[in-house]
Amino acid sequence: MNIYLKLIWAYIKIGIFGFGGGYAMLSLVEKSVVDPGWISEQMFTDIVAISQMTPGPIGINSATYIGYVAPGEVDPTLASPLFGILGSILATLAVTVPSFLLVIYSSHFIRRHQESGAIKAVFGGLRPVVVGLIASAAIMLMNAANFNPEGTDRQLWQSIAICVAAFCLVYFSFPFKGKKVKIHPIAVICLSGLAGYLLYGL
Amino acid sequence: MSGNMQDNKKSTGKTNPSASLSRLFLSFFKIGAFTFGGGWAMISIIEREIVDKYHWIEKDEFLDLLAIAQSLPGILAVNIATSVGDKLRGTKGSIVASLGTILPSFLIILAIAIFLTPDMIKSNRVISSIFMGIRPAVVALIIAPVITSAKAAKLTWKTVWIPLLVALLISIDAGFISNPILYIVLGGVGGWLLWWLPRRAASRKEK
Repeated sequence: MNIYLKLIWAYIKIGIFGFGGGYAMLSLVEKSVVDPGWISEQMFTDIVAISQMTPGPIGINSATYIGYVAPGEVDPTLASPLFGILGSILATLAVTVPSFLLVIYSSHFIRRHQESGAIKAVFGGLRPVVVGLIASAAIMLMNAANFNPEGTDRQLWQSIAICVAAFCLVYFSFPFKGKKVKIHPIAVICLSGLAGYLLYGL
Repeated sequence: MSGNMQDNKKSTGKTNPSASLSRLFLSFFKIGAFTFGGGWAMISIIEREIVDKYHWIEKDEFLDLLAIAQSLPGILAVNIATSVGDKLRGTKGSIVASLGTILPSFLIILAIAIFLTPDMIKSNRVISSIFMGIRPAVVALIIAPVITSAKAAKLTWKTVWIPLLVALLISIDAGFISNPILYIVLGGVGGWLLWWLPRRAASRKEK
């Protein structure tokens, strides 16, 4: 099947089954784009980082980036900006059109079932699943490609240290001038990038 | 005359549904361009723009649209844009509002994709070293919402096995049973059945 059709199909599925927000969508996106070999696991992680640092939802950002990169990765004759731009337009539309149509045509249906409690019940069942979905994305990204690309003990421990430090920075709030502040994920990504440069780039 | 004035007062105090398509587009373009972190971060900004600044819809109505947008799959910010646009200007409005939300991130990511190619990340020593530091931190950024969402889900000993099993089965990478869609469907249908079966049993007893 044509790479563009595959991209569209993958992102339509992500658009239809993407419940629970950006992080919950990650494992679905990863399965859909890393397994067919469109991008590497490292590249996928990089896209998540880029999405955090740029405005806009992660679902759109990943569709745009992967739509651009995938045609060239699958078929070298398609490795030009024009084919890439076509891919990113198609993938971005594919992830938004299903929910667009659902919002337009099913608002009435949703409203009716909200009153009966059915919708609440469905989301009651989805809530624990969403926790598992986010956890699965984290587990799948804890791999050698992300933590130890050079295959040395030293890098493995440095990566684990970066991960633990980054977690503490985003999760806990710190007292600052009498107030409790949380450190923004963008700041954490910048700090970890600086750490990477100091450890491996000099 | 006095009746007219009263009408005017009412309409200015309440909502002003006369949103032009270009104004609608610009509003959502701004929302798309300046909100980092996606969905939830966007909601308060959308509310400020749509309800407080332009008075296009009332707060109650906004909360109603938000509830529907949350009940549907896909990207929350786009769902809200679609429903607000639809409410104000019909299908045209919904297209304009969702394009406005998507376009900033689309253009920014496209520019990044054109310059920051996978080859460049691999071959440029400085860039590759920076990303080697960033990747473990990205994992940490995803672990944090696991814990916050687990707290919000109010997991008990009866339900805590669900996320554990889902995470395990998806991440072992075993074909069909590792497909996240399977668990999304099972979770939704399971939640609905737990609600519907007792109701059906009760209505049968009544008969």
